[in-house]
Amino acid sequence: MEGLKVAKANLKVYIHPSKSNQVSRAVLRELSSLLFTYNEIFDGVVLAYDVNSLDPCAKILPGINPYIGVKLKVNLLLFSPKPDTLLEGKVVKLTQESIHLVVLGFSSAIIAEKDIREEFLCKTKRGQEVYASRTNKRHVIKVGTVIRFLVKSFDEEILHVYGSLIPEHTGSIYWLDKNLEVVSHNDRSEKKRKSEGEQIMLQQHAVNGELSSLDIVQKRKNSKKLKHQEES
Amino acid sequence: MGRVQVGDKAEFSRMENGDFSDSELIHHFRGVLVAVSAGDRENYDELVGYLHPKGNLNPDEVAILVTTLKALSGAASYIDSVHHEALLFAVSRMSLWNYGTDVMDALLELIISLAASNGKYIDWCLEMLVKHFVPPYYLLDSLKQENGIDRKTKVLSRVHAALKEIADLVPLAPLRLSPIVVQKMPSVFSKEPEIVMYVENMLKLESGAIGEIIGSTMLPALVDRLLDLDVEIGWDGILQEDGKCIFEMELEDFTEFGDDENCDSMPPSELLNRRKLQGNLVVDKVDSLMVLTFLHLESCQSSGRLAEVFDVLLGSFQKTVLNAYKSKFTQFVMFYASALDPEGCGVKFAMVLTDMFCRDVNPPITRMSAVAYLASYLSRAKFLSAALVTNILQSLVNWCYAYCKSHNFDMNPRAHQVFYSGCQAVMYILCFRLRSLMDIPRLKLQLLNMPMEAIWKHKLSPLKVCLPTVVVEFLRQAKAAQFFMMSETFVFNDMLESDFSKAFGGMDRLDMFFPFDPCLLKKSESYIRPHFVRWSKVRTTYDDDDDNEVSDSGSEASDDDFVDRNAMDMIDDDMMVSVEGLDFTPDLNKMSITPKNSLKYGFETRCTRMPARIRPSTSPESL
Repeated sequence: MEGLKVAKANLKVYIHPSKSNQVSRAVLRELSSLLFTYNEIFDGVVLAYDVNSLDPCAKILPGINPYIGVKLKVNLLLFSPKPDTLLEGKVVKLTQESIHLVVLGFSSAIIAEKDIREEFLCKTKRGQEVYASRTNKRHVIKVGTVIRFLVKSFDEEILHVYGSLIPEHTGSIYWLDKNLEVVSHNDRSEKKRKSEGEQIMLQQHAVNGELSSLDIVQKRKNSKKLKHQEES
Repeated sequence: MGRVQVGDKAEFSRMENGDFSDSELIHHFRGVLVAVSAGDRENYDELVGYLHPKGNLNPDEVAILVTTLKALSGAASYIDSVHHEALLFAVSRMSLWNYGTDVMDALLELIISLAASNGKYIDWCLEMLVKHFVPPYYLLDSLKQENGIDRKTKVLSRVHAALKEIADLVPLAPLRLSPIVVQKMPSVFSKEPEIVMYVENMLKLESGAIGEIIGSTMLPALVDRLLDLDVEIGWDGILQEDGKCIFEMELEDFTEFGDDENCDSMPPSELLNRRKLQGNLVVDKVDSLMVLTFLHLESCQSSGRLAEVFDVLLGSFQKTVLNAYKSKFTQFVMFYASALDPEGCGVKFAMVLTDMFCRDVNPPITRMSAVAYLASYLSRAKFLSAALVTNILQSLVNWCYAYCKSHNFDMNPRAHQVFYSGCQAVMYILCFRLRSLMDIPRLKLQLLNMPMEAIWKHKLSPLKVCLPTVVVEFLRQAKAAQFFMMSETFVFNDMLESDFSKAFGGMDRLDMFFPFDPCLLKKSESYIRPHFVRWSKVRTTYDDDDDNEVSDSGSEASDDDFVDRNAMDMIDDDMMVSVEGLDFTPDLNKMSITPKNSLKYGFETRCTRMPARIRPSTSPESL
């Protein structure tokens, strides 16, 4: 699955003086406020954070409220699906008009009928609606199936993905993996690597993390005001 | 245009005859919806026309409406917020409460499809569902009838099922739902059935499948609204305005009390105050909401999630209730939750309050308030063990003792208000608990070993600053229990009066804030009663002789005794001395939040009127 990356961020968190006796808690609280919301600066949705180091020296801002600026280095796990990347999600609802999915347990996705390739046909089996492939009898998508699909667009506010099942290499993961073993060797190695789990991907991203390392101190400063309001 | 119209109508009539398959219909609707962006609105307008609410629908119209809605939900991904505004508006005006189950299901299907098909509609859909928590104005009254109840369950069960389904399809929907629910909450001025029904739904959400995510906002929002209502009552004001006639009313009411069976066990002054509150719409609202909350807490207990709910409540208590100026009723939510689980929640509440008092980082007003809550809680809660009370007393005394040691100053009520409130808390708790603690040898020893005497004798002289009634009662009990005895004379014999207490606590008079004084709400009180210690039932150290007489009639006599005490709440602190002179037992007349109105009315008039008016109900014992 694509769309996940690890970023190293140098942050400066401004803490209200009233929280000066519990700085680390206040920092974590502030970081938690980033979770599950799209952040333009990070260009993604923060899914998890890991504080690497906390600068023991903090700068006190002169002013009526002497906010404390704590510097810290954080590893962030970001979710940023871009158009034409492949995501994986679990089918939660299936109708003739659309397939509804949940990606990573929090983001909803929909694949409308017009974005499902003609290979698939909606049938009713034992009272349940399923999408079955015309060419491969075993390739079936039903509620509970994990499928791989292509991102068409991403609504950043609601974290809603619009997907598509048009390309050939999309569909039920179970079937794709099995099928590719038999059909194409080239493809297999690629697909297998993908299916071996997010962990490898994540590690790779972490290794290549330098490119995503962001120094966003400057930008954070700009958004400081907003933060103050939130805090107070 | 005409032609299309005819065609469309024909289609609708075919639809009625079942000539169209579902998918054909959906295709047709998609076409209609897409055509709008191209400028062709005729079919679309007709479609919208079908959705506009009308009066009573005949079966055919119902069938058309259902089919239209179902087909629309199939075409939901084609609905565009810009081009199809009229359609969305028409849908938003439909109310589940006005239709039968077929239309309800179809409408909800449309709402769910809309929510799942496009992120833009999620808020709109959630708002639409939340709107159905309360029926339209004109249906509110009919809900008490049988078919009203039936309809209520039909609508609400569907609404909650729909919310659950949306949450399944859009996992982050609950996060957006909670602010909507809080925002749409009926205001303080809304009607009682409306707000009660809304809160019922909030609590249902809290205990429901998505409660895990939104539960942490529902209860605090409810507590905040309770507090809003609580503040709205402002009964200090009511009583002061009517101050003049309080005693006349009391006299008139005495005759009625005998008739009122339910109120037998209740001191008349409390009844009086309750009656004062009767007819106050806001009070009824608070009462109903409190009962709802209590029932909810009970259900939480039976489903084993009381502890987690209590944590949420505790958080909101610390944030809002604790610092609200003399909150009158809301705190009983905490009391009841503690009563349901004395070992867990009950102990935790006491510990948290102790901790808040002892921590220097908290502002003085918070600490004073916390210790006032603590004192009242430990005194009034029947379910707390004597050992716990002793341990907390120990930590309070230790704190006060340490304070004395580090502050070698003269008496100054303003500067050391936290200390004085701590001392008063210790005395207040002992007024209620001394006798029961003395009965247990181990705890008695612990009590005797506490460095209390050093505190009372310290230069800060807490006995002169704290509320005289509390001090007097405490000393009386201490004397009877043979505390602080030195060569057979009681050390504090000359310490029984004070003028300084007024300065302590400042304008807020936190010194006389006892949050868990008897609850004046009729319905809620019945839930609290089994767990609540009334002053009249407290066995003091000095009424040893009455041990054998504590029978039913005996307790009633002491109830009457309480009458006087409570009635005397109206008297100024200083009054106590003269009341004592008039052969009244000095007692805990201040152990109520009943406001005093001494500032307004002269001392002398009251002094002469009080005893005369109270006497008819006094027990032989107290006379």
